Amino acid sequence: MAYSAEKLIEEKVFKDPVHRYVHVRDRAIWDLIGTKEFQRLRRIKQLGTTFLTFHGAEHSRFNHSLGVYEIVRRIIDDVFAGRPEWNDDDRLLTLCAALLHDLGHGPFSHSFEKVFDFDHEDFTRKIILGETEVNEILLKVGPDFPAKVAEVIAKTSEKKLVISLISSQIDADRMDYLQRDAYFTGVSYGHFDMERILRVMRPREDQVVIKKSGMHAVEDYIMSRYQMYWQVYFHPVSRSAEVILTKILHRAKQLFEENYAFKYEPLHFTSIFHGQVTLEDYLKLDESVILYYFQIWQEEEDAILRDLCRRFVNRNLFKFAEFDPAKEYKKLAELNSLFKKAGIDPEYYLVVDSSSDLPYDFYRPGEEEERLPIHLLMKNGDLRELSRESEIVDAISGKRRTDHKLYYPADFLRDDSTKKNVKKQIRALLEIE
Amino acid sequence: MTNVLNDHAKLMQAIMVSGEITGRKKLQKMIYIAKKIAFPFQERFQFHFYGPYSEELTTRVEELCNMGFLDEVKEKKGGYFQYRYTLTDSGKEFLSLNEVEMPFLQDCLTDMNGQNARFLELVSTVLYFDNLSKAEVANKVFTLKSSQRYTEAEIDEAYCYIEKLKTKIQ
Repeated sequence: MAYSAEKLIEEKVFKDPVHRYVHVRDRAIWDLIGTKEFQRLRRIKQLGTTFLTFHGAEHSRFNHSLGVYEIVRRIIDDVFAGRPEWNDDDRLLTLCAALLHDLGHGPFSHSFEKVFDFDHEDFTRKIILGETEVNEILLKVGPDFPAKVAEVIAKTSEKKLVISLISSQIDADRMDYLQRDAYFTGVSYGHFDMERILRVMRPREDQVVIKKSGMHAVEDYIMSRYQMYWQVYFHPVSRSAEVILTKILHRAKQLFEENYAFKYEPLHFTSIFHGQVTLEDYLKLDESVILYYFQIWQEEEDAILRDLCRRFVNRNLFKFAEFDPAKEYKKLAELNSLFKKAGIDPEYYLVVDSSSDLPYDFYRPGEEEERLPIHLLMKNGDLRELSRESEIVDAISGKRRTDHKLYYPADFLRDDSTKKNVKKQIRALLEIE
Repeated sequence: MTNVLNDHAKLMQAIMVSGEITGRKKLQKMIYIAKKIAFPFQERFQFHFYGPYSEELTTRVEELCNMGFLDEVKEKKGGYFQYRYTLTDSGKEFLSLNEVEMPFLQDCLTDMNGQNARFLELVSTVLYFDNLSKAEVANKVFTLKSSQRYTEAEIDEAYCYIEKLKTKIQ
């Protein structure tokens, strides 16, 4: 029997708090889960620094990847199977792409990508196409199968329906992470009737569409996305931890470039600092490695690196103030100058964080062909963009809310043992009591 | 996160030197092409249904509009809406205090602004696949962009255009 069609003698199930069970019957899927590259995802948290705000948010990209796979499996096997628009030859390709879609994520990947100009999608492609256990499994399906999976994940495949199951404005990726993140953070947002949405999904040549009768379930999903954005993903305390994490990486990189003598050589970072990271080096990175360095850098001679690491490890985060760039950019310049006078480097200790710095988004109706919107399938067979039918979606996708915050170390500014008058001026500007 | 809104300032500079940019799709493609050929825009792009697209860029433009630094005008054009962007006076004042050094940007963006969005979509798609051979790129264009019905001649033109832009920055 061809490997692509090979089934396990007995179905394997993973107990899952969100979907109850994740079912695996295909040999290739089972083998992929067992690879070291996929197991590495257990050591990378789905929500990065959010665990410092919501203590339950310790779930990993491994959990999420299995969840995305399970949602796609249910869509294909329970809803699409037998429909003329769906080609069942694409089943294994779709399941593999769903399972592996986040494979290239590194530890705290958003910060790493910003500081070191990494692209996790590029690493996903390299893992799938390179000399890895994942590649070995995919090659058993067919010589061009790894490339096909990589193209679906990169959204450059001609199989647009397959892509839209994994990456679109109503895809398995979002449906899993919204519910999973809500579950593990413990918030009451993020819940919607996924079973109903799956039942009303219909395959079309280029994308998945939703039967009009399922519009209210989709409205709930869009509202969940909106609320999770502001209540969890853009939570100001999580953002403070992200600001500090990013600054630690910046500082370590700068020190390395200045030939600073680290007490403990940062071996895992060397090729990254040189900008020549190999796939092998990259796969050695996980959050336990990064947190180990943060732990030992608390003892470094460099005061900034030491302080930032202590803040992150001990959760002594920066405080924040609302910031309106249009009205306050002159104040920011003034603060910058006062921080320097106070001996506090503003490059590391005075930071503006904006909603555009966040790797999450709202629903967009796709005006001017920016992104493909969610289409409702009307009774007469026509397609209508969601916000044209739903007043609720129209209301939250109309006027955009954006947000900016200014982060600073309140404890430094309250310490009047040095530069008392300058710090007093800063506190007055920041309205710190 | 930035200390002095550097990334926002770069976008403002791009819109200022272009005079005005009509169309969100055009704006996306212009910044993508500029980034690919040399200019230090930080927005991350991914391939979407209509070619390279950056959610970060879209959000940043919204932020600039909400700040009052960019003016967005929604215009009805045929059966759909189009958006026109210009820098406001307060945006110009901000830029004068937060100077951005990007030599040759004006020349490149003015040239791109004179092209239509359909052609820029093709140019950006060709650049997105710059790791592939020309024949493979053409194949990608014909399969992924079949609805746009690009021709071989247009693909050749896109390659020439990319070279022309590159000479502007040498």
